[in-house]
Parts: sequence; C-alpha cells; structure tokens
Amino acid sequence: MIVEAVTAPVLSVQDLWVEARTPNGLRPILEDVSFTLAPRETLCLAGESGSGKSVTSLAIMRLLPKSSLRVARGSIQLSGRDLLSLSEAEMRKVRGGDVAMIFQEPMTSLNPVMTIGAQMSEAIRIHQGVGEQEALARSKDMLDAVHITDPARRLRQYPHELSGGMRQRVMIGMALSCRPKVLIADEPTTALDVRVQAQILRLMRELSADFGTSTILITHDMGVVAEMADRVVMMKTGRIVETSPVDDIFLCPKAAYTRELLSAVPRLGERKGTDGPPVLSAEREPVQKDAAAPVLVVRDLNVSFQQPGSLLGPRPAPVQAVKDVSFSIPAGQTLGLVGESGSGKSTTGKAIANLIPWTGDILVGGRSIRNLSTRELKAVRRKVQMIFQDPYASLDPRMSVGALIAEPLAIHGIGSRREREERVAQVLQQVRLSPDHRTRYPHEFSGGQRQRICIARALILEPELIIADESVAALDVSVRAQVLDLMLELQESLGLAYLFISHDMAIIERMSHAVAVMRYGRIVEIGSRREVFENPREVYTRELMDAVPIPDPTFARSKRRQGLLVSDEAI
Amino acid sequence: MRVFRELLRRPLALFGVVIILLVLLLALSAPWLAPYAPDEQLFEGLSLEGAPLPPNAQFWLGTDTLGRDLLSRVMYGARTSLLIGLVANGMAVTLGLLVGMTAGYARGVVGAILMRFTDLMMAFPALLLAIVLAALLRPSLWIVALVIALVNWVQVARIAFTETSALAERDFILAERSLGAGHARIVGLHIAPHLVSTAIVWGTLGIATTVLLEATLSFLGIGVQPPEPSWGNIIFESQSYFTAAPWLVFFPGIAILLTALSFNLVGDALRDILDPTQRGRG
Repeated sequence: MIVEAVTAPVLSVQDLWVEARTPNGLRPILEDVSFTLAPRETLCLAGESGSGKSVTSLAIMRLLPKSSLRVARGSIQLSGRDLLSLSEAEMRKVRGGDVAMIFQEPMTSLNPVMTIGAQMSEAIRIHQGVGEQEALARSKDMLDAVHITDPARRLRQYPHELSGGMRQRVMIGMALSCRPKVLIADEPTTALDVRVQAQILRLMRELSADFGTSTILITHDMGVVAEMADRVVMMKTGRIVETSPVDDIFLCPKAAYTRELLSAVPRLGERKGTDGPPVLSAEREPVQKDAAAPVLVVRDLNVSFQQPGSLLGPRPAPVQAVKDVSFSIPAGQTLGLVGESGSGKSTTGKAIANLIPWTGDILVGGRSIRNLSTRELKAVRRKVQMIFQDPYASLDPRMSVGALIAEPLAIHGIGSRREREERVAQVLQQVRLSPDHRTRYPHEFSGGQRQRICIARALILEPELIIADESVAALDVSVRAQVLDLMLELQESLGLAYLFISHDMAIIERMSHAVAVMRYGRIVEIGSRREVFENPREVYTRELMDAVPIPDPTFARSKRRQGLLVSDEAI
Repeated sequence: MRVFRELLRRPLALFGVVIILLVLLLALSAPWLAPYAPDEQLFEGLSLEGAPLPPNAQFWLGTDTLGRDLLSRVMYGARTSLLIGLVANGMAVTLGLLVGMTAGYARGVVGAILMRFTDLMMAFPALLLAIVLAALLRPSLWIVALVIALVNWVQVARIAFTETSALAERDFILAERSLGAGHARIVGLHIAPHLVSTAIVWGTLGIATTVLLEATLSFLGIGVQPPEPSWGNIIFESQSYFTAAPWLVFFPGIAILLTALSFNLVGDALRDILDPTQRGRG
C-alpha cells in the first residue's frame, strides 16, 4: 500500500522530549522525536528495549506515569488538535474514542472478573452513548469482525475461558469498536505463539483496511516489521535513528544501527544446504568427540503433573505433560527442541535435569540415572547443567557474582578456596567477562551479561551437556546474537553438547545439528536439521515455519499473495 | 563493622542508636542512678489531700497514687520492658521464621499441617491463650516472655510462609536445584537471607506490641507482678486517673513510643544496609 504524500497526517508528533525524574535530577528519555502518521497507514516503531518506543506511545495517550516521567516539550497533534493542551476530561474522550490501544499481555489487560460482553459494551456505552442492549449487539458484531466463532456465547464468558489468541482478538475488537482514527498496538503478538501471531497480524491488516484506521505498531521483531509496516521509525536510546519506507529499511538502510540490527537477526532458511551450525573459530581445530557415543539418551520419557487437590478431598486426575519422548544427543552436538507454548518442551528439559519426577529412562554417558542414590546423582549432575530463560530471575540477587559462580564447586566440594577463585577467573574470561566483576552483584549487570554469568556457572563444573531452556528469549536481538555465538564457540572449543529448547524456528535452525518438533507433549517429528527444515514430513512443522515472520518485505508480500498463511480453522 | 559505620552515617538511624543506648544505660544503672527505690511509698510523695504530685523539683516526673517516685519506677520499668521486648519478641520472630520457612519450603503434608496449626493459633484469642498459659505456669518475668512469644509467633510464621513459598517458586531456586544443591544449602543460603528484612521489621515493630501485650497481662494480674514496675503496668495502674494526673500515663507512654520508634528507625536502616540490591543505587 503506497500512501499519497499530499494527504494531511492523522497524527503528527513534533520535537517530543520526555524527561525522567531520577535522584540525580532530570534525565531525558526521549529526545527530539518527530514523525507523522498518514491516514490508513501502518507505521512501525521498531527498536530494542530501552529505545523509547513504548514511552512514545504512552506520551501520545498521555498515560505517562506522573511520578516519574513528564513531557518536557514538543507537540502531539491529532487531526489538528493539540493533545498535550487538552484537559484530562477531554483527553478521556480521546482515549478509546479517537485513539485506541492494544497491549502486549492479553491476559492482564482484560479484567478477569468481568465477562467479555460486559467489558466490551462498557467501552461502547461510554464513548458512543448508546443503551446496554445496543452496546451488547455492537460488541457481538465486533467479535464477528475479529473472527471469533460463536460470538453470542463468548460475550457471556470470562477471560480465562478464552485462549491467548482469542483474548488478543477481543482486545482488538474492543479497541476498534469505537472506530478510532488511530490504533496503537504495543507488541501485540509478542506473548503469542507463532501460528497465532500470524493470524493476529493478518487480522490487524484486514481490519485497518476495513475500518480505515491508521496504526502505530510497536515491535522489536524485524520480521513483524517487514510483514506489517508501510513506513518504519527506527529508534535507539530515546532517539530516532532513521525514518524510511519499509523497503528502504530492509534493502538500503541509511543508519548504521539499522544495518547492525538487521545483520543480528537470524533468518529462517539462512543455513539451507548445511548440516551443522556455522563454525566460528576458523583457525582453531574444533574438538572432535566420538560421535558414536551419545552423551544423552532418553527413552520413553513420561511426565505427569498431579494437580493440587484439597488435603482430604478426592485427588484430581493427573495431567500428562510429556508422553513417550525418546531421543539421543551425540557428544559435542546440539539437538534443537522446538514447539509452541504448552508443548512440553520445557518440561522435558526439567525432567532430564532431574528437577521434576518422571518415568521412563534417561542415560547420561551410557549410564541410567534411574534409581541412583543421592550421591551418585550428584556426580551425574556435574555432567548435565542447565541455563534458564530469564537471566534476571535465575541468579540469587543477594549473592555476589564471584560467590554465585563458585557455588557449584562448593556444592560438589571441588578444590580449595584458592583453586576455586582461579577457576572463577578462568570461566569469567571464557564467557568474555572481566574477572574484576566478581565482587559485584547481579543487578549491576545487563541482561546479556547476566546470561553470560549463568553460562559461567554452568561451565565451571565442566559439563558434557548443557540444557538451554529458551536461554535467549528474554534478550534483545543484538545481545541475543552475541550470546548464541558465545555458545557456539564454547561448543567448538570444549566439545559441549546442547539440548537447545526454543520456540523460535530461526534460532533453532542456526544452533542445531538435529531437531525435534514437539506438540501436545509428544515429539511429532525428529531428524537431522537438514531433513526437518528443508523437507518436513509433518504438516504441523511446515505450518510452524510458514508462520514465522520473515524480515524481508518483498518476501512477506509474495507470501501474502500466495495465501501461504495458516488457516484460522487449524488452531 | 561496616554495617555499624553505615548506621552511624544515617541521621535517623543515629538518632535511634543514641536513644536505644540511652534507654539501655538508664535501665542498667537504675540501682545507682534512680533517686528512690521503685516500690518506696514516700510520705512527701502525696499532697495533703492524698493526691499524686505533678512533676516538680524533688520528683522530676511526679509521683503516682501511692506516692512512689515516677522517675525511679520508669527507670526500673525499663529493665523489665526491654527484657520482655527483646527476649519475648526475639523468641517469637525466631519461632515464626522457623515454622514459616519449613512450611513454605517443604509444602505437602508437612507444610499443610504446620500452617493449619498456625491458622488455629491465629483464630484462637491471643489473650485467652495467654491467660491459660499464665495460669498453668507460675507467673515470673521469664514465663511472661515465653507466653508472649507463644502468642506472637503466629503472624511472623504466616508472613515467612508466604515469602518462602514465593521464593521457592523463583527461577534461581530451580537453578540451585539443577546444580545439585541440597535442601539445607538452599534454605540457609538462598532463602533465609531474603527473609532478613522481614525478620528485622518484625523484630523492631514487634517490640512495641510486645511491651503493650505485657502491659495487658500485667493489668490482668498474670504479667509482671506488682510492685515490680514495667512501663506497661505503670500505664495500666494509672489509666483511670488519666484526666487528674496525666503525667502518670504520659511519661511511660513516651518511653514506649521513643523506644519503639528508635528500634524501628534502626531496623529500617539495617534492612537497607544489608540488602545488596540497594547498594550502588540512586
């Protein structure tokens, strides 16, 4: 969709400065942000965390937290009206009426104790001044418009009875019910599974065309940008680094930062025609381990959860989270475990790390870990280490980094105090952190650095297998690429094997030698990475790959034309 | 030592430390510094009509209805009240933390039994329980402290339970388990330090409530036995004369307030100093 340059913009933001109150005085959060939004246009605000994209949208809605942030200067014009000079009462009419907003987390942005119908009709009654019956009827029409089946029944249901994708559809329906001129969507699909994301993105595209709404889409995902945007505003640390039409951003980016960011994005299909991850240390001879001896064998793994019952009442039936899962990982290689949320991939990882009860058999280094004594199990734990998803949550905030990294040695009673300190310095260097960082505490580090600390903790015991459970999901794109490269280098130099658990197909493709696809607790497809990615046997695997947004606008358009997207009925 | 130096650098905490030291000094040196014996009924301590005297040059804080010197009674009372406050409250916090942490970490049957017992204790009227316990055991200072501890540990246990079960769900506890850490290590090194702030807040806030509970018990005749003074029983003995002789309630009341406030100020500062995530902020 090409937008005529002559039409007057719906929204125009000029020279916007936002300041934060800190103990050391005012600090600018947004500096000199200017952009316009044309009618029917989709504008993407893209950037990493801390770039100021969400602050920009909150400033437009005048929803900045008053105690900490304030607009220092600038103007925000909505169809010629200055939003910054409106009274709070007038602004309330604008919010939800002229400008509507969708948030990232569809569970928390709906009131859990109100029915869908009550929440939707409330907004309509407030802004359109119609009666309750009329408002309910319009809510039903909106649910229809966002393709929710059986809308009359949904109106009577509560948010927890709907799936994540349906809840986000309800949010979109609510946002569009008052026919806003501008829709602001803040990471609307980040919390959703990839196939649901594809549906929601398509729905948003259809609706903004039908309703003639202009959209500001805030996202960190360059794939989503390529699929959705007409124009792109790239932001970094509170400043706009580039504003360009979407094709220019991807084909001839002006700003160095845009180029850096794009080169850090792993693209699905990038590793076509190869068998393993890229070799990063060209000069060094990679450690060759005997590939015939698998470091991990899993046979008929089953995990079921006992749901909490009352102390005396009848016990509810257990839920089976993992069913008959079998695979093996050769030394020095990576098995990518991919699947959507609830597929049982994380549960599988935790069972192998022996953190939850399981049945079946798990062999580490050829030795079954079933029925091992506590002491024998401790020895096995040295060989299998785990890295968790959220580096902010997986380090005890009250311990210094040195103590955290040395702790595994203390637990296993290895080495004297001095030897431990030397080892800590050594692994810190291996993960590219300075040994001087030992005395600091986790909160003083960035997300990427913290994940390096977690990797250092895993490395210090010289394991043979590391289970990485969504280990880069919480990190920004550029940091993510660095951590992934570090993991590949460590694999080459130390001969580590990885069980790499992720929902991200492109990352799985980059990291893995072999891939297993999980759904509903079972492995639906397993094979070498080449087989699974280039010639998938299962429809489900193909759907997963087709749903991934590709950071290439021309490809996105051709895909849209061919209608390659997942059908609504499939989910 | 670092902790103490940082304490003294904060003006509010410094104020608290000074008051606490002062109260401690007065309590310890009461036998030498107090102008009269606490239970001595002085002839000149009453007016000719037999009314207590307001503060004057001879009796700095005035006298009570029996003609005893209030200053001496408040000084001796500090001994009892501080002892009860520190010992009883310390026992209550320790017991509460132990029960709460065990229940929150172990969960399952052990946790359920411990917490249902805690709930039972909570539902039981504290005063009734104290009366029963005090009637079974002969009242003495230490028994009063024990009784108060047995009544007051419940709230601490509830809070420790909630915090521990939230902590036990956090990823870093899972990460410790994946490293092979044993239960003792996890509870001792990774859960207990996070409860320090709770312990400190209760340890200081609780002192005021403990002193008052002791006063209630004294009033019912099952606390510290008269004529031995405590801040609480001085207030309760004289509360019906409040309008006629306000100083009898005022001075011990101020003593309780200042002491509780000082412990709170020091506690607040300690909590901040001991929390590494607060360091290097701001």
